[in-house]
Amino acid sequence: MADHAHDHAHDHAHDDHHDHEHHVDNFWTKYVFSIDHKMIAKQFLITGMFMGIIGVFMSMLFRLQLAWPGESFPILETFLGKWAPDGVMDPNMYLALVTIHGTIMVFFVLTAGLSGTFSNLLIPLQVGARDMASGFLNMISYWFFAASSVVMVVSLFVETGPASGGWTVYPPLSALPQAMPGSGAGMTLWLVSMTLFIAGSLIGSLNYIVTVINLRTKGMSMTRLPLTIWAFLVTAILGVLSFPVLLSAALLLVFDRSMGTSFYLSDIMVAGEMLTNQGGSPILFEHLFWFLGHPEVYIILLPALGITSEVIATNSRKPIFGYRAMVGSILAIAFLSFIVWGHHMFVTGMNPFLGSVFTFTTLLIAIPSAVKAFNYITTLWKGNIRFTPAMLFSIGLVSTFVAGGLTGIILGDSALDINVHDTYFVVAHFHIVMGLSAIFGMFAGVYHWFPKMYGRMMNKSMGYLHFWLTFVSAYGVFFPMHFTGLAGLPRRYYSNAEFPIFDELQDINVIITMFAIGGGIAQLIFIFNFFYSMWRGPKAPQNPWKSNTLEWTAPVEHIHGNWPGAIPEVHRWAYDYSKPGHEEDFVPQTTPLKDGEHAH
Amino acid sequence: MSGIMTLIVLVLAVLTALQLIRIFELSSKARQTAEYEVTDRDNNNQGWLMLLFGIGLIVSLFWMLYEWSPIMLPKPASAHGTEYDDLMTISMIVIITMFVLVQPILFYFAWKYRGSKDRKATYYEHNNRLEFIWTIVPAVVLAVLIIYGMTTWSNVMNPKNEQEPLVIELYAQQFKWTARYAGQDNQLGYANVRLIKDANVIGVDTLDTKGSDDKITTEIHLPVGRPVLFKFRSQDVIHSAYFPHFRAQMNCVPGMTTLFQFTPTVTTAEMRQDAEVQAKVARINQIRTEKGLEAYAYDYLLLCNKICGSAHYNMQMNIVVESEEEYAKWLAEQKTVAETL
Ligand code: HEM
Ligand SMILES: [Cu+2]
Ligand SMILES: [Cu+2]
Repeated sequence: MADHAHDHAHDHAHDDHHDHEHHVDNFWTKYVFSIDHKMIAKQFLITGMFMGIIGVFMSMLFRLQLAWPGESFPILETFLGKWAPDGVMDPNMYLALVTIHGTIMVFFVLTAGLSGTFSNLLIPLQVGARDMASGFLNMISYWFFAASSVVMVVSLFVETGPASGGWTVYPPLSALPQAMPGSGAGMTLWLVSMTLFIAGSLIGSLNYIVTVINLRTKGMSMTRLPLTIWAFLVTAILGVLSFPVLLSAALLLVFDRSMGTSFYLSDIMVAGEMLTNQGGSPILFEHLFWFLGHPEVYIILLPALGITSEVIATNSRKPIFGYRAMVGSILAIAFLSFIVWGHHMFVTGMNPFLGSVFTFTTLLIAIPSAVKAFNYITTLWKGNIRFTPAMLFSIGLVSTFVAGGLTGIILGDSALDINVHDTYFVVAHFHIVMGLSAIFGMFAGVYHWFPKMYGRMMNKSMGYLHFWLTFVSAYGVFFPMHFTGLAGLPRRYYSNAEFPIFDELQDINVIITMFAIGGGIAQLIFIFNFFYSMWRGPKAPQNPWKSNTLEWTAPVEHIHGNWPGAIPEVHRWAYDYSKPGHEEDFVPQTTPLKDGEHAH
Repeated sequence: MSGIMTLIVLVLAVLTALQLIRIFELSSKARQTAEYEVTDRDNNNQGWLMLLFGIGLIVSLFWMLYEWSPIMLPKPASAHGTEYDDLMTISMIVIITMFVLVQPILFYFAWKYRGSKDRKATYYEHNNRLEFIWTIVPAVVLAVLIIYGMTTWSNVMNPKNEQEPLVIELYAQQFKWTARYAGQDNQLGYANVRLIKDANVIGVDTLDTKGSDDKITTEIHLPVGRPVLFKFRSQDVIHSAYFPHFRAQMNCVPGMTTLFQFTPTVTTAEMRQDAEVQAKVARINQIRTEKGLEAYAYDYLLLCNKICGSAHYNMQMNIVVESEEEYAKWLAEQKTVAETL
C-alpha cells in the first residue's frame, strides 16, 4: 500500500481526466456511438460475425454448383433470384459469389472481425490502460468499417450483380464493365466499400500502435507484454505500412474506370470495342495489390497466433515456450512478409531472376514459422492440459498452421508454382494456413474472452461439439482440394464438366461439398451458444481460466476506465504458470516477485 | 411451402439446442460443478479424441494418397516436365515426412499431457539449444530445396537451345484461343489489337513482310522433340495459358508479350497407348457412359487459368503432338495470312 501514491503519480493524465468523467450513458452513447474500447470490440465482433455468416453461406451455395454442376436447386433461386433461373446458377453469379466470399472472409471477418475485436478488447486491458489512446478515433474506425460493410452488402443487390473479378480484382477485368457484368456498378461499390474499409483500418491500427507504445502501465516493459499484444502491435504496423498501397492501387483503378486514365490499361479491345487506352500495365496493379496482399495474410494470421500463444500457455498451465523466440519470429515474419509478394506473380512473365529472389525470400519465412509451430508443441509437452473449447481450437490452429505451412513450401518454389499456380492446390493451401488457422484463432479468442466481453460463460459441451464438427469438416473440405489441384483443376471455374479429363474428380467435389454443408451447419451451434450465453449463460467469475494477464484483474462488470481504482502495476511476465515455489499454478502479473525469486 | 418447412426445422433446431443446454447444465449441477468448469473427465475424453483425430488424420492422408494418386495428372509430356515432376516428388516427400512427424507429436502430446487435478505442469520456459536446432534444421532442409528449386526454375525459364525453337503465338480473348504459326521464316509479323479489322481477327500487320507467311489456326499441332517458343498476347483481359500435361503455364497480358518455351516429348498417339493413361480413360469413359455422355479420348489441352469472365471455365484448345511428317503435312494444309487477308 505504501506504493500507492507513487503508483498514482505514475498514471498518466488520461486517468485523472477519467476521475472527473462521471457522465451518464444513454442508449446511443453506450451501444451505438460508444467510445469505450470494450463496447467497440463487441461491435466489431458482431459485425464480423454477421459478415461471416454471409460469407460462409455463399461458399455453401457455390459448393452446390461445384458438386452438381448445372443441376437445379430451388434454394439457389430463392436466394439468387434472376441469377439462378430455374434453380441453375448463372456463371457470372458463381464468380460473384466466389469474389464476395473471398473479400468478406479476408477483410471483413478475419481482418476487421478478428483483429478489430481482439485488439480493441485486449490492448488496453492487457497493457493496463484506461482505454485506447483515442476513444473517438476508435469509434470512427468502427463506423468506417460498419459503413464499408453496409456498402459491400448493398453491392449484392445491384442490377448487374456484385463485383465478380475475384477478390484480387485484377484489371483489366475489374476495370471494364464490358468485360463482365460484375465490373459495372458492383465493382464501383466494391471499391467504395474497400476505400472505407482501408480508412477505418488505418485509423484503428494507428490507435493500437500508439496505445501499446505509450499507455503501458508501470512495470509493463515490452519484454513483459503478453504475446497477444506483440501480435496485435506488429499486425497494426503491417496494416499501416501496407494498406495505403492497396488504397493507391484502388484509387488508380478508380481513375482508370471513370476518368479515362491508363494506369493499368493498354491496347485493349473488349466486346468488339477498341479502347483508346495506351501505355498502362495490369502487372503494375498486381505488384501494388500483392504488396498489401501478402502482408495481409499475416495481418490475418498474426492475431490468431497471438491469441493461440495466450490460450495454449494458460491451458497447458505452462509458460509459453521460448517467449523471446516467439517475439523474434513474429518480427521476422512481419519483416519478410514485405519482400515476398512476387510469389503470387511467378507466371506473369516477370524476369526469371526476380522469380528466384522471391523464391528465396518466401522459403525463408518457413523458418520463423517452423519455430512458432515447434514452440507451441513444446509448450504442450509436460503440461497439464485443460481442454477448454478455446484450447481445442488453439490446438486445431497449430495443426492447420503446420498442414498449410508445409504446402507453402511447394507454392513458394517458383519452379513448382508453374503447374499448380491458380489451381485448387492454392485454394487448399491458403484456406488451411490462413482461413482455417485464423478462424480457429478467432473461435479460440471468443471462447476464451467471452467472459471478459459479456460477463457470462459460454456452454462448454456445445463448444466441444462445435469444435469437433468444425475441425473434422474443415479438413474434410480443404484437404481433398490438394488432390484436385494436383490433377490440374483450375480455381474460379464455374464447372469442370467441360473437361472430360476432370470427370474423375467429381466424386471428390461431392465429398468436399458434403463436408462444407456439414461444417457450415455446425456453425449454428456456435451462433446459438453465443447468443444464448450472452443472455442466459452462467455469471462469469473474475478470472475463470486462472490466467495471469491483467484483463482478469479488472472487474467483471464493464466500467469506463477498466479498473475502479488505480491501474494495477506489473511485476513479472505473463507466463508464470506452475512456477515452482508458488502455491497456485498461476501467478498473476500483478504479483510482486518474492525475495530471491528469479524473474523467469 | 418450403419457407414454412424451413421455419419449422429452424424452430425445432433451436428447441433441441435449448433442451441440450438444459441437460448439460443439469448434469453438471448434479456433479456439483459449474458447466463451464473443465473436469478431469472432460480432459480425458478430449485427450482421447485428440489422439483419435491425430491417427485419423494420418490414416486418411495415406488413404487419399493411395486412392487418388491414379487420378492425378499422367506422366509429363515435355522435356522439362520430368525435371519438374522430380522436384515435385522430392518436395512432396519432404513435406509429407514433416507432416507425419509433426502432426502425430502434436496430437500425442495433447493426449499424453491431458490434465488432471493431481498433476502439475513442468515449469519449462526455454532452451536455447533446442530452439537453435529447430531453427537450423529447417533452414538446412530449406536451403537444399531452395537451391534445387532455383536450379530447376532457371533450367526451365532459360532453356539452352541446340535447335532453333519453333515460334508460335498464342492469342487469348474472351473466351477462346487462337494460334499463329510463324511460317517459313520462323518469324512472326508485327501484330497489335489496334489493327484488328474484319477478317484480320488478331490484328496482324499486313504491311509487315515477316507476317505474310504466318498461319492462323484454331488448334495447336506440335512436332515431337522440337523446342517450341510460345509468345502470348491477350486482346482484352488477363488470361493464363495453362498446359498441365506439359507442366507449363504463362499469363497472357493485354499490352505486352510474354514467353514460355518447352519441348514436347511424347506424341498424342503414344500417350494414348500409355497403360496409366488407358486405365484413366477407361475409368472416365465408364463415368461418362453412366451419365450418357459421349466417349472420351485422351488429348493434350490448353486451359485458361486466370479468371477472365463468365466462360472462363470453358476456354480451351486442343493440342496435338505428332511426328515431324504429320506436323508438316498438317501445317501445309493451313492457309497463310497472305492467302486469307
Ligand atoms: C465453409 C468454409 C469455406 C468453404 C467451403 C470455402 C470454399 C471456397 C471455395 C470452393 C472457393 C472457390 C475457389 C475458386 O473457385 O477459386 C473459395 C474461395 C475463397 N475463399 Fe473460401 N471457403 C470457406 C471459408 C473461407 C475462409 C475461412 C476464408 C478466409 C480466408 C476464405 C477465403 C477465400 C478466398 C480469399 C477465396 C478466393 C476468392 C477468389 O478466388 O477470388 N474462405 N472458398
Ligand atoms: Cu503471399
Ligand atoms: Cu481466359
